[in-house]
Amino acid sequence: MTKKKSKVTAYNNWGYAFVAPFVIVFCIFSIYPVLRTLYLSFTNLKVVGDADIIGFKNYIRVLSDKFFWIALWNTVRIWIVNIVLQLGLAFLLMMVFSDVKYKMRGLPVFRIIYYLPNIIAATSIAFLFSTLLDWRYGTFNIIIKSIYDLFGARYNPVNWIGSSATAGYTVAVIQSWMWFGNSFLMLMAGVQSINRDYFEAAAIDGAGRWTIFGKITLPLIKPIMMYVAITSLIGGLQMFDLPFLMIETASSAYGSVQTVMMYLYKFGFTTGTTQVGYASAVAYVLFLIILTVSVVELKLFRGKGDK
Amino acid sequence: MAFKIKKGILYFLLVLLALTCMLPFALMMINATRTGADIVSGFTFIPGNALKENWETVFDYFNLFKGIWNSVLVSVPATLLCAYFSTLTAYGLAFYEFKGNKVIFGAILAFMMIPGQLSLIGFYQLCTKLHLVNSYIPLIIPAIAAPGTVFFLRQYILSSLPKSLIEAARIDGASEIYSFHKIVTPIVAPAVATMGIMAFIGNWNSYLLPMILINKTDKMTLPVMMATLKASNHINSNQGAIYLSVAISIIPILLVFIAFSKYIISSVSAGAIKE
Repeated sequence: MTKKKSKVTAYNNWGYAFVAPFVIVFCIFSIYPVLRTLYLSFTNLKVVGDADIIGFKNYIRVLSDKFFWIALWNTVRIWIVNIVLQLGLAFLLMMVFSDVKYKMRGLPVFRIIYYLPNIIAATSIAFLFSTLLDWRYGTFNIIIKSIYDLFGARYNPVNWIGSSATAGYTVAVIQSWMWFGNSFLMLMAGVQSINRDYFEAAAIDGAGRWTIFGKITLPLIKPIMMYVAITSLIGGLQMFDLPFLMIETASSAYGSVQTVMMYLYKFGFTTGTTQVGYASAVAYVLFLIILTVSVVELKLFRGKGDK
Repeated sequence: MAFKIKKGILYFLLVLLALTCMLPFALMMINATRTGADIVSGFTFIPGNALKENWETVFDYFNLFKGIWNSVLVSVPATLLCAYFSTLTAYGLAFYEFKGNKVIFGAILAFMMIPGQLSLIGFYQLCTKLHLVNSYIPLIIPAIAAPGTVFFLRQYILSSLPKSLIEAARIDGASEIYSFHKIVTPIVAPAVATMGIMAFIGNWNSYLLPMILINKTDKMTLPVMMATLKASNHINSNQGAIYLSVAISIIPILLVFIAFSKYIISSVSAGAIKE
Protein backbone atom coordinates (compact mmCIF):
# COMPACT_ATOMS: atom_id res chain seq x y z
CA MET A 1 0.00 0.00 0.00
CA THR A 2 2.71 2.46 1.03
CA LYS A 3 4.75 1.39 -1.94
CA LYS A 4 1.86 2.13 -4.27
CA LYS A 5 1.31 5.51 -2.66
CA SER A 6 4.96 6.52 -3.03
CA LYS A 7 4.86 5.49 -6.66
CA VAL A 8 1.85 7.73 -7.26
CA THR A 9 3.67 10.60 -5.57
CA ALA A 10 6.67 9.94 -7.81
CA TYR A 11 4.40 10.19 -10.84
CA ASN A 12 2.87 13.37 -9.48
CA ASN A 13 6.28 14.96 -9.09
CA TRP A 14 6.43 15.00 -12.88
CA GLY A 15 3.83 17.73 -12.63
CA TYR A 16 6.50 20.11 -11.38
CA ALA A 17 8.67 19.43 -14.40
CA PHE A 18 5.74 19.92 -16.78
CA VAL A 19 4.67 23.28 -15.41
CA ALA A 20 8.19 24.58 -14.62
CA PRO A 21 8.88 26.36 -17.96
CA PHE A 22 5.50 28.08 -17.77
CA VAL A 23 6.02 29.15 -14.16
CA ILE A 24 9.51 30.55 -14.78
CA VAL A 25 8.54 32.56 -17.85
CA PHE A 26 5.27 33.62 -16.22
CA CYS A 27 7.08 35.00 -13.17
CA ILE A 28 9.66 36.90 -15.23
CA PHE A 29 7.50 38.28 -18.03
CA SER A 30 4.03 38.55 -16.45
CA ILE A 31 4.08 38.77 -12.67
CA TYR A 32 7.27 40.78 -12.29
CA PRO A 33 6.27 43.51 -14.83
CA VAL A 34 2.83 43.90 -13.22
CA LEU A 35 4.38 44.29 -9.76
CA ARG A 36 7.14 46.53 -11.13
CA THR A 37 4.51 48.81 -12.68
CA LEU A 38 2.76 48.92 -9.31
CA TYR A 39 5.99 49.92 -7.56
CA LEU A 40 6.81 52.55 -10.18
CA SER A 41 3.36 54.07 -9.79
CA PHE A 42 4.42 55.19 -6.30
CA THR A 43 7.66 56.82 -7.52
CA ASN A 44 8.53 60.01 -9.35
CA LEU A 45 10.66 58.22 -12.00
CA LYS A 46 10.86 60.31 -15.15
CA VAL A 47 12.87 58.33 -17.73
CA VAL A 48 15.81 56.47 -16.17
CA GLY A 49 17.89 56.75 -13.05
CA ASP A 50 17.02 57.10 -9.41
CA ALA A 51 13.57 57.92 -8.17
CA ASP A 52 11.95 58.64 -4.84
CA ILE A 53 8.85 57.06 -3.44
CA ILE A 54 6.19 59.75 -3.35
CA GLY A 55 3.19 57.85 -2.03
CA PHE A 56 -0.15 58.39 -3.75
CA LYS A 57 0.85 61.66 -5.42
CA ASN A 58 0.75 60.18 -8.93
CA TYR A 59 -2.71 58.78 -8.33
CA ILE A 60 -3.97 62.10 -7.02
CA ARG A 61 -2.52 63.77 -10.09
CA VAL A 62 -4.22 61.29 -12.44
CA LEU A 63 -7.58 61.82 -10.81
CA SER A 64 -7.24 65.59 -10.83
CA ASP A 65 -5.99 65.90 -14.40
CA LYS A 66 -8.72 67.18 -16.67
CA PHE A 67 -7.12 65.52 -19.69
CA PHE A 68 -7.27 62.10 -18.07
CA TRP A 69 -11.02 62.48 -17.62
CA ILE A 70 -11.41 63.71 -21.18
CA ALA A 71 -9.45 60.68 -22.38
CA LEU A 72 -11.62 58.39 -20.25
CA TRP A 73 -14.81 59.98 -21.58
CA ASN A 74 -13.53 59.66 -25.17
CA THR A 75 -12.77 55.98 -24.60
CA VAL A 76 -16.16 55.27 -23.02
CA ARG A 77 -18.05 57.23 -25.67
CA ILE A 78 -16.29 55.42 -28.52
CA TRP A 79 -16.84 52.09 -26.75
CA ILE A 80 -20.57 52.66 -26.19
CA VAL A 81 -21.23 53.54 -29.83
CA ASN A 82 -19.05 50.62 -30.84
CA ILE A 83 -20.68 48.00 -28.58
CA VAL A 84 -24.23 49.06 -29.45
CA LEU A 85 -23.53 48.70 -33.17
CA GLN A 86 -21.36 45.61 -32.86
CA LEU A 87 -23.55 43.65 -30.50
CA GLY A 88 -26.78 44.96 -32.05
CA LEU A 89 -25.78 43.82 -35.51
CA ALA A 90 -24.48 40.49 -34.20
CA PHE A 91 -27.74 40.01 -32.31
CA LEU A 92 -29.91 40.74 -35.36
CA LEU A 93 -27.83 38.34 -37.46
CA MET A 94 -28.14 35.69 -34.78
CA MET A 95 -31.95 36.18 -34.78
CA VAL A 96 -32.07 35.83 -38.56
CA PHE A 97 -29.94 32.69 -38.69
CA SER A 98 -31.61 30.99 -35.74
CA ASP A 99 -35.15 31.72 -36.83
CA VAL A 100 -37.19 28.54 -36.87
CA LYS A 101 -39.58 29.80 -39.54
CA TYR A 102 -37.25 31.24 -42.15
CA LYS A 103 -34.49 28.62 -41.81
CA MET A 104 -31.91 30.82 -43.55
CA ARG A 105 -29.11 29.03 -45.39
CA GLY A 106 -25.55 29.91 -46.25
CA LEU A 107 -24.33 30.41 -42.68
CA PRO A 108 -20.92 28.77 -43.35
CA VAL A 109 -20.19 31.26 -46.14
CA PHE A 110 -21.69 34.36 -44.52
CA ARG A 111 -19.88 33.88 -41.24
CA ILE A 112 -16.50 33.63 -42.95
CA ILE A 113 -17.12 36.88 -44.82
CA TYR A 114 -18.43 38.65 -41.72
CA TYR A 115 -15.38 37.56 -39.78
CA LEU A 116 -12.92 38.66 -42.48
CA PRO A 117 -12.26 42.24 -41.23
CA ASN A 118 -11.36 40.86 -37.80
CA ILE A 119 -8.24 38.96 -38.87
CA ILE A 120 -6.54 41.94 -40.46
CA ALA A 121 -4.08 44.03 -38.44
CA ALA A 122 -5.51 47.24 -37.04
CA THR A 123 -2.49 49.08 -38.48
CA SER A 124 -3.43 48.09 -42.03
CA ILE A 125 -7.10 48.85 -41.39
CA ALA A 126 -6.14 52.25 -40.00
CA PHE A 127 -4.25 53.30 -43.13
CA LEU A 128 -6.83 51.79 -45.45
CA PHE A 129 -9.60 53.85 -43.86
CA SER A 130 -7.66 57.04 -43.23
CA THR A 131 -6.90 57.07 -46.96
CA LEU A 132 -10.41 56.08 -48.05
CA LEU A 133 -11.96 58.65 -45.70
CA ASP A 134 -9.65 61.55 -46.50
CA TRP A 135 -11.73 64.69 -46.54
CA ARG A 136 -10.74 66.08 -49.92
CA TYR A 137 -9.09 63.25 -51.81
CA GLY A 138 -10.55 60.11 -50.27
CA THR A 139 -12.45 57.65 -52.45
CA PHE A 140 -15.30 57.51 -49.94
CA ASN A 141 -16.24 61.16 -50.30
CA ILE A 142 -15.65 61.02 -54.05
CA ILE A 143 -18.18 58.19 -54.36
CA ILE A 144 -20.73 60.00 -52.16
CA LYS A 145 -20.25 63.14 -54.21
CA SER A 146 -20.86 61.34 -57.49
CA ILE A 147 -24.06 59.87 -56.05
CA TYR A 148 -25.18 63.37 -55.01
CA ASP A 149 -24.26 64.65 -58.47
CA LEU A 150 -26.46 61.97 -59.99
CA PHE A 151 -29.44 63.54 -58.24
CA GLY A 152 -28.27 67.05 -58.90
CA ALA A 153 -27.65 67.70 -55.21
CA ARG A 154 -24.61 69.40 -53.73
CA TYR A 155 -22.49 67.39 -51.30
CA ASN A 156 -20.65 69.22 -48.59
CA PRO A 157 -17.75 66.81 -47.90
CA VAL A 158 -17.80 65.44 -44.34
CA ASN A 159 -14.41 65.50 -42.68
CA TRP A 160 -14.80 61.99 -41.25
CA ILE A 161 -11.53 61.73 -39.36
CA GLY A 162 -10.38 65.34 -39.22
CA SER A 163 -13.19 66.99 -37.29
CA SER A 164 -13.86 66.51 -33.62
CA ALA A 165 -17.61 66.11 -34.26
CA THR A 166 -17.25 62.95 -36.36
CA ALA A 167 -13.81 61.41 -35.65
CA GLY A 168 -14.89 59.47 -32.56
CA TYR A 169 -17.94 58.01 -34.32
CA THR A 170 -15.88 57.12 -37.37
CA VAL A 171 -13.44 55.18 -35.20
CA ALA A 172 -16.34 53.50 -33.38
CA VAL A 173 -18.00 52.43 -36.65
CA ILE A 174 -14.74 51.00 -38.02
CA GLN A 175 -14.19 49.17 -34.74
CA SER A 176 -17.70 47.71 -35.00
CA TRP A 177 -17.07 46.75 -38.61
CA MET A 178 -13.97 44.87 -37.44
CA TRP A 179 -15.65 43.09 -34.53
CA PHE A 180 -19.35 42.38 -35.27
CA GLY A 181 -18.41 39.13 -37.05
CA ASN A 182 -16.57 37.98 -33.98
CA SER A 183 -19.57 38.68 -31.72
CA PHE A 184 -21.91 37.07 -34.22
CA LEU A 185 -19.82 33.88 -34.30
CA MET A 186 -19.88 33.70 -30.51
CA LEU A 187 -23.65 34.24 -30.26
CA MET A 188 -24.21 31.70 -33.03
CA ALA A 189 -22.01 29.18 -31.22
CA GLY A 190 -24.28 29.69 -28.22
CA VAL A 191 -27.42 29.08 -30.25
CA GLN A 192 -25.95 25.96 -31.85
CA SER A 193 -25.04 24.55 -28.47
CA ILE A 194 -28.71 24.58 -27.41
CA ASN A 195 -30.29 21.17 -27.43
CA ARG A 196 -32.50 20.83 -30.57
CA ASP A 197 -35.08 18.91 -28.50
CA TYR A 198 -36.07 22.10 -26.69
CA PHE A 199 -37.11 23.72 -29.95
CA GLU A 200 -38.97 20.66 -31.12
CA ALA A 201 -40.75 20.19 -27.80
CA ALA A 202 -41.77 23.84 -27.79
CA ALA A 203 -43.01 23.60 -31.37
CA ILE A 204 -45.10 20.53 -30.50
CA ASP A 205 -46.60 22.47 -27.59
CA GLY A 206 -47.64 25.09 -30.13
CA ALA A 207 -45.20 27.83 -29.16
CA GLY A 208 -44.75 30.53 -31.80
CA ARG A 209 -41.35 31.51 -33.09
CA TRP A 210 -41.22 34.64 -30.93
CA THR A 211 -42.08 32.66 -27.83
CA ILE A 212 -39.38 30.15 -28.71
CA PHE A 213 -36.88 32.96 -29.21
CA GLY A 214 -37.83 34.78 -26.02
CA LYS A 215 -38.23 31.77 -23.74
CA ILE A 216 -35.57 29.39 -25.02
CA THR A 217 -32.94 31.03 -27.20
CA LEU A 218 -32.54 34.29 -25.32
CA PRO A 219 -32.12 32.96 -21.76
CA LEU A 220 -29.73 30.25 -22.91
CA ILE A 221 -27.37 32.54 -24.79
CA LYS A 222 -27.32 35.19 -22.07
CA PRO A 223 -24.06 33.98 -20.53
CA ILE A 224 -22.41 34.31 -23.93
CA MET A 225 -23.77 37.82 -24.41
CA MET A 226 -22.28 38.67 -21.04
CA TYR A 227 -18.96 37.15 -22.09
CA VAL A 228 -18.97 39.13 -25.35
CA ALA A 229 -19.87 42.36 -23.53
CA ILE A 230 -17.15 41.95 -20.92
CA THR A 231 -14.37 40.95 -23.32
CA SER A 232 -15.33 43.81 -25.60
CA LEU A 233 -15.28 46.16 -22.63
CA ILE A 234 -11.81 45.05 -21.55
CA GLY A 235 -10.59 45.42 -25.14
CA GLY A 236 -12.52 48.64 -25.73
CA LEU A 237 -11.17 50.46 -22.68
CA GLN A 238 -7.67 49.64 -23.91
CA MET A 239 -8.35 50.94 -27.40
CA PHE A 240 -5.20 52.30 -29.00
CA ASP A 241 -4.16 51.24 -32.53
CA LEU A 242 -7.03 52.66 -34.60
CA PRO A 243 -7.34 56.18 -33.13
CA PHE A 244 -3.58 56.45 -32.56
CA LEU A 245 -2.79 55.76 -36.21
CA MET A 246 -5.82 57.30 -37.90
CA ILE A 247 -6.01 60.70 -36.29
CA GLU A 248 -3.20 63.18 -36.89
CA THR A 249 -1.68 64.48 -33.65
CA ALA A 250 -1.93 68.01 -34.94
CA SER A 251 -5.56 67.66 -36.05
CA SER A 252 -8.32 69.38 -34.13
CA ALA A 253 -10.03 65.99 -33.77
CA TYR A 254 -7.16 64.58 -31.70
CA GLY A 255 -8.53 65.86 -28.39
CA SER A 256 -11.85 64.12 -29.01
CA VAL A 257 -10.37 60.70 -29.77
CA GLN A 258 -7.40 60.55 -27.42
CA THR A 259 -8.10 57.36 -25.47
CA VAL A 260 -6.77 56.43 -22.03
CA MET A 261 -4.18 54.16 -23.66
CA MET A 262 -3.01 57.02 -25.88
CA TYR A 263 -2.79 59.17 -22.77
CA LEU A 264 -0.75 56.43 -21.07
CA TYR A 265 1.46 56.10 -24.14
CA LYS A 266 2.15 59.82 -24.09
CA PHE A 267 3.57 59.66 -20.56
CA GLY A 268 5.02 56.16 -20.73
CA PHE A 269 6.79 56.08 -24.05
CA THR A 270 6.82 59.40 -25.89
CA THR A 271 10.16 61.19 -25.94
CA GLY A 272 9.94 64.54 -24.21
CA THR A 273 6.82 63.82 -22.18
CA THR A 274 8.02 60.61 -20.51
CA GLN A 275 7.08 60.31 -16.83
CA VAL A 276 7.24 56.60 -16.14
CA GLY A 277 5.98 56.85 -12.54
CA TYR A 278 2.96 58.84 -13.59
CA ALA A 279 2.20 56.58 -16.56
CA SER A 280 2.30 53.55 -14.23
CA ALA A 281 -0.32 55.16 -12.01
CA VAL A 282 -2.47 55.75 -15.12
CA ALA A 283 -2.17 52.03 -15.94
CA TYR A 284 -3.40 51.05 -12.48
CA VAL A 285 -6.25 53.55 -12.47
CA LEU A 286 -7.38 52.17 -15.83
CA PHE A 287 -7.11 48.64 -14.48
CA LEU A 288 -9.25 49.50 -11.44
CA ILE A 289 -11.85 51.09 -13.72
CA ILE A 290 -11.95 48.01 -15.95
CA LEU A 291 -12.23 45.76 -12.91
CA THR A 292 -15.06 47.79 -11.37
CA VAL A 293 -17.08 48.00 -14.57
CA SER A 294 -16.61 44.27 -15.27
CA VAL A 295 -17.85 43.37 -11.80
CA VAL A 296 -20.84 45.71 -12.12
CA GLU A 297 -21.63 44.30 -15.56
CA LEU A 298 -21.40 40.77 -14.18
CA LYS A 299 -23.72 41.64 -11.28
CA LEU A 300 -26.26 43.28 -13.61
CA PHE A 301 -26.45 40.24 -15.85
CA ARG A 302 -26.56 37.80 -12.95
CA GLY A 303 -29.19 39.90 -11.16
CA LYS A 304 -31.54 39.83 -14.13
CA GLY A 305 -31.12 36.09 -14.52
CA ASP A 306 -32.34 35.41 -10.96
CA LYS A 307 -35.77 36.96 -11.44
CA MET B 1 -45.88 34.68 -51.13
CA ALA B 2 -45.27 37.34 -48.49
CA PHE B 3 -43.07 34.81 -46.77
CA LYS B 4 -40.94 34.40 -49.86
CA ILE B 5 -40.61 38.14 -50.36
CA LYS B 6 -39.57 38.64 -46.72
CA LYS B 7 -37.04 35.86 -47.03
CA GLY B 8 -35.72 37.45 -50.20
CA ILE B 9 -35.32 40.80 -48.45
CA LEU B 10 -33.44 39.11 -45.62
CA TYR B 11 -31.03 37.46 -48.06
CA PHE B 12 -30.59 40.77 -49.81
CA LEU B 13 -29.64 42.45 -46.51
CA LEU B 14 -27.25 39.63 -45.61
CA VAL B 15 -25.51 39.93 -48.97
CA LEU B 16 -25.38 43.71 -48.60
CA LEU B 17 -23.66 43.32 -45.25
CA ALA B 18 -21.22 40.83 -46.76
CA LEU B 19 -20.43 43.37 -49.49
CA THR B 20 -19.81 46.01 -46.82
CA CYS B 21 -17.23 43.67 -45.31
CA MET B 22 -15.44 43.28 -48.62
CA LEU B 23 -15.93 46.68 -50.26
CA PRO B 24 -13.05 48.50 -48.55
CA PHE B 25 -10.71 45.73 -49.67
CA ALA B 26 -12.06 45.87 -53.21
CA LEU B 27 -11.57 49.65 -53.33
CA MET B 28 -8.05 49.07 -52.03
CA MET B 29 -7.21 46.52 -54.73
CA ILE B 30 -8.49 48.76 -57.50
CA ASN B 31 -6.88 51.94 -56.22
CA ALA B 32 -3.57 50.16 -55.73
CA THR B 33 -3.31 49.94 -59.50
CA ARG B 34 -4.16 53.58 -60.19
CA THR B 35 -2.04 56.71 -60.05
CA GLY B 36 -2.44 59.19 -57.21
CA ALA B 37 -3.84 61.77 -59.65
CA ASP B 38 -6.42 59.32 -61.05
CA ILE B 39 -7.64 58.35 -57.58
CA VAL B 40 -8.16 61.96 -56.58
CA SER B 41 -10.03 62.83 -59.75
CA GLY B 42 -12.78 60.23 -59.38
CA PHE B 43 -13.62 56.62 -58.71
CA THR B 44 -13.99 53.79 -61.17
CA PHE B 45 -14.18 50.02 -60.77
CA ILE B 46 -11.79 49.59 -63.70
CA PRO B 47 -8.23 48.92 -62.51
CA GLY B 48 -5.57 51.34 -63.71
CA ASN B 49 -2.12 50.55 -65.07
CA ALA B 50 0.09 52.25 -62.48
CA LEU B 51 0.76 49.13 -60.43
CA LYS B 52 4.45 49.07 -61.39
CA GLU B 53 4.88 52.76 -60.67
CA ASN B 54 3.17 52.45 -57.27
CA TRP B 55 5.22 49.36 -56.50
CA GLU B 56 8.41 51.34 -57.09
CA THR B 57 7.20 54.17 -54.85
CA VAL B 58 6.36 51.72 -52.09
CA PHE B 59 9.67 49.85 -52.19
CA ASP B 60 11.56 53.11 -52.54
CA TYR B 61 10.17 54.03 -49.17
CA PHE B 62 10.37 50.73 -47.27
CA ASN B 63 11.01 47.06 -47.84
CA LEU B 64 7.69 45.47 -46.92
CA PHE B 65 8.99 41.98 -47.69
CA LYS B 66 11.60 42.47 -44.98
CA GLY B 67 8.76 43.42 -42.61
CA ILE B 68 6.82 40.31 -43.59
CA TRP B 69 9.91 38.16 -43.05
CA ASN B 70 10.55 39.77 -39.64
CA SER B 71 6.94 39.07 -38.67
CA VAL B 72 7.45 35.42 -39.68
CA LEU B 73 10.61 35.30 -37.54
CA VAL B 74 8.59 36.48 -34.53
CA SER B 75 5.19 34.87 -35.05
CA VAL B 76 6.19 31.35 -36.05
CA PRO B 77 8.50 30.59 -33.08
CA ALA B 78 6.13 32.37 -30.69
CA THR B 79 3.20 30.28 -31.93
CA LEU B 80 5.13 27.00 -31.74
CA LEU B 81 6.38 27.76 -28.23
CA CYS B 82 2.90 28.79 -27.14
CA ALA B 83 1.35 25.61 -28.55
CA TYR B 84 3.93 23.21 -27.11
CA PHE B 85 4.36 24.70 -23.65
CA SER B 86 0.68 25.49 -23.17
CA THR B 87 -0.16 21.85 -23.87
CA LEU B 88 2.59 20.71 -21.51
CA THR B 89 1.46 23.06 -18.74
CA ALA B 90 -2.22 22.26 -19.23
CA TYR B 91 -1.50 18.54 -19.04
CA GLY B 92 0.66 19.02 -15.95
CA LEU B 93 -2.09 20.97 -14.23
CA ALA B 94 -4.89 18.63 -15.29
CA PHE B 95 -3.30 15.24 -14.57
CA TYR B 96 -0.82 15.66 -11.73
CA GLU B 97 -1.53 16.42 -8.12
CA PHE B 98 1.31 18.41 -6.65
CA LYS B 99 1.76 21.21 -4.20
CA GLY B 100 1.08 24.56 -5.79
CA ASN B 101 -1.11 23.19 -8.57
CA LYS B 102 -4.14 25.16 -7.34
CA VAL B 103 -2.08 28.30 -6.77
CA ILE B 104 -0.78 28.24 -10.34
CA PHE B 105 -4.27 27.66 -11.71
CA GLY B 106 -5.56 30.56 -9.61
CA ALA B 107 -2.81 32.81 -10.96
CA ILE B 108 -3.75 31.77 -14.49
CA LEU B 109 -7.40 32.69 -13.90
CA ALA B 110 -6.37 36.03 -12.39
CA PHE B 111 -4.04 36.90 -15.25
CA MET B 112 -6.69 36.09 -17.83
CA MET B 113 -8.64 39.00 -16.36
CA ILE B 114 -5.68 41.36 -16.10
CA PRO B 115 -5.44 43.62 -19.13
CA GLY B 116 -2.10 43.67 -20.93
CA GLN B 117 -1.53 47.39 -20.43
CA LEU B 118 -0.93 46.79 -16.73
CA SER B 119 2.38 45.07 -17.38
CA LEU B 120 3.45 47.21 -20.34
CA ILE B 121 5.61 49.73 -18.48
CA GLY B 122 7.23 47.18 -16.16
CA PHE B 123 7.82 44.91 -19.16
CA TYR B 124 9.56 47.65 -21.09
CA GLN B 125 11.69 48.57 -18.07
CA LEU B 126 12.69 44.93 -17.69
CA CYS B 127 13.68 44.73 -21.34
CA THR B 128 15.85 47.86 -21.15
CA LYS B 129 17.53 46.47 -18.05
CA LEU B 130 18.24 43.14 -19.78
CA HIS B 131 19.36 44.94 -22.99
CA LEU B 132 16.55 43.31 -24.95
CA VAL B 133 15.42 46.41 -26.82
CA ASN B 134 15.52 45.72 -30.58
CA SER B 135 15.67 42.02 -29.83
CA TYR B 136 12.97 39.48 -30.71
CA ILE B 137 13.41 37.61 -27.42
CA PRO B 138 10.80 39.65 -25.49
CA LEU B 139 8.36 39.15 -28.36
CA ILE B 140 8.89 35.37 -28.54
CA ILE B 141 9.80 33.91 -25.13
CA PRO B 142 6.75 35.23 -23.19
CA ALA B 143 4.60 33.08 -25.52
CA ILE B 144 5.66 30.12 -23.34
CA ALA B 145 3.36 31.47 -20.62
CA ALA B 146 -0.06 32.13 -22.21
CA PRO B 147 -2.69 31.90 -19.44
CA GLY B 148 -5.74 31.91 -21.74
CA THR B 149 -4.41 29.09 -23.91
CA VAL B 150 -3.41 26.99 -20.89
CA PHE B 151 -6.83 27.49 -19.33
CA PHE B 152 -8.65 26.43 -22.48
CA LEU B 153 -6.42 23.38 -23.05
CA ARG B 154 -6.69 22.30 -19.42
CA GLN B 155 -10.48 22.22 -19.71
CA TYR B 156 -10.19 20.37 -23.00
CA ILE B 157 -7.80 17.76 -21.57
CA LEU B 158 -10.00 17.19 -18.53
CA SER B 159 -13.04 16.56 -20.73
CA SER B 160 -11.46 14.54 -23.54
CA LEU B 161 -8.51 12.59 -22.16
CA PRO B 162 -9.40 9.52 -20.06
CA LYS B 163 -7.12 9.04 -17.04
CA SER B 164 -7.15 5.29 -17.60
CA LEU B 165 -5.28 5.75 -20.86
CA ILE B 166 -2.28 7.29 -19.08
CA GLU B 167 -2.47 4.70 -16.30
CA ALA B 168 -2.43 1.90 -18.83
CA ALA B 169 0.65 3.41 -20.42
CA ARG B 170 2.33 3.57 -17.00
CA ILE B 171 1.65 -0.11 -16.42
CA ASP B 172 3.20 -0.81 -19.80
CA GLY B 173 6.29 1.02 -18.56
CA ALA B 174 5.98 4.17 -20.65
CA SER B 175 7.77 7.20 -19.22
CA GLU B 176 5.74 10.31 -18.43
CA ILE B 177 7.46 12.30 -21.16
CA TYR B 178 6.81 9.50 -23.64
CA SER B 179 3.13 9.40 -22.67
CA PHE B 180 2.86 13.12 -23.13
CA HIS B 181 4.36 13.10 -26.61
CA LYS B 182 2.80 9.90 -27.90
CA ILE B 183 -0.59 9.76 -26.19
CA VAL B 184 -1.57 13.23 -25.00
CA THR B 185 -0.50 15.40 -27.93
CA PRO B 186 -2.34 13.44 -30.66
CA ILE B 187 -5.57 13.56 -28.67
CA VAL B 188 -5.45 17.29 -27.93
CA ALA B 189 -4.02 18.21 -31.36
CA PRO B 190 -7.30 19.64 -32.75
CA ALA B 191 -7.70 21.95 -29.74
CA VAL B 192 -4.04 22.96 -29.90
CA ALA B 193 -4.38 23.75 -33.61
CA THR B 194 -7.38 25.99 -32.92
CA MET B 195 -5.60 27.88 -30.17
CA GLY B 196 -2.36 27.95 -32.17
CA ILE B 197 -3.90 29.62 -35.19
CA MET B 198 -5.44 32.30 -32.98
CA ALA B 199 -2.10 32.83 -31.22
CA PHE B 200 -0.47 33.21 -34.62
CA ILE B 201 -2.96 35.83 -35.80
CA GLY B 202 -2.62 37.69 -32.50
CA ASN B 203 1.17 37.71 -32.78
CA TRP B 204 1.11 38.62 -36.43
CA ASN B 205 -1.17 41.63 -35.89
CA SER B 206 0.39 42.81 -32.63
CA TYR B 207 1.40 46.46 -32.80
CA LEU B 208 1.84 48.25 -29.47
CA LEU B 209 4.47 46.00 -27.86
CA PRO B 210 6.71 45.55 -30.93
CA MET B 211 6.36 49.27 -31.65
CA ILE B 212 7.69 50.09 -28.19
CA LEU B 213 10.49 47.53 -28.31
CA ILE B 214 11.71 47.76 -31.91
CA ASN B 215 13.00 51.00 -33.37
CA LYS B 216 15.57 49.79 -35.90
CA THR B 217 14.04 49.84 -39.38
CA ASP B 218 15.58 46.53 -40.48
CA LYS B 219 14.13 44.77 -37.43
CA MET B 220 10.58 46.12 -37.61
CA THR B 221 7.71 43.66 -37.84
CA LEU B 222 5.08 44.27 -40.51
CA PRO B 223 2.57 46.31 -38.42
CA VAL B 224 5.35 48.49 -37.00
CA MET B 225 6.76 49.08 -40.46
CA MET B 226 3.29 49.90 -41.79
CA ALA B 227 2.82 52.44 -39.00
CA THR B 228 5.81 54.43 -40.25
CA LEU B 229 3.54 55.44 -43.14
CA LYS B 230 2.06 57.97 -40.75
CA ALA B 231 5.22 60.04 -40.72
CA SER B 232 5.98 59.79 -44.42
CA ASN B 233 5.28 62.65 -46.80
CA HIS B 234 7.10 61.01 -49.66
CA ILE B 235 4.57 58.23 -49.96
CA ASN B 236 1.57 60.15 -48.64
CA SER B 237 1.42 62.29 -51.75
CA ASN B 238 0.57 59.18 -53.77
CA GLN B 239 -2.57 57.44 -52.55
CA GLY B 240 -2.02 54.58 -54.99
CA ALA B 241 1.19 53.68 -53.16
CA ILE B 242 -0.55 53.72 -49.78
CA TYR B 243 -3.29 51.39 -51.06
CA LEU B 244 -0.63 49.10 -52.49
CA SER B 245 1.26 49.06 -49.17
CA VAL B 246 -1.90 48.13 -47.32
CA ALA B 247 -2.70 45.46 -49.92
CA ILE B 248 0.75 43.88 -49.63
CA SER B 249 0.55 43.98 -45.84
CA ILE B 250 -2.81 42.18 -45.88
CA ILE B 251 -2.01 39.39 -48.34
CA PRO B 252 -0.06 37.03 -45.99
CA ILE B 253 -2.75 36.94 -43.29
CA LEU B 254 -5.43 36.65 -45.98
CA LEU B 255 -3.72 33.50 -47.28
CA VAL B 256 -3.60 32.13 -43.72
CA PHE B 257 -7.30 32.91 -43.36
CA ILE B 258 -8.21 31.18 -46.60
CA ALA B 259 -6.19 28.11 -45.63
CA PHE B 260 -7.37 27.86 -42.02
CA SER B 261 -10.79 29.56 -41.96
CA LYS B 262 -12.38 26.36 -40.64
CA TYR B 263 -10.06 26.32 -37.61
CA ILE B 264 -10.39 30.05 -37.07
CA ILE B 265 -14.19 29.95 -37.08
CA SER B 266 -14.30 26.99 -34.71
CA SER B 267 -11.77 28.67 -32.44
CA VAL B 268 -13.88 31.81 -32.04
CA SER B 269 -16.90 29.64 -31.34
CA ALA B 270 -14.94 27.59 -28.80
CA GLY B 271 -13.97 30.79 -27.04
CA ALA B 272 -17.63 31.56 -26.46
CA ILE B 273 -18.59 28.16 -25.08
CA LYS B 274 -15.57 27.62 -22.82
CA GLU B 275 -16.70 29.70 -19.87
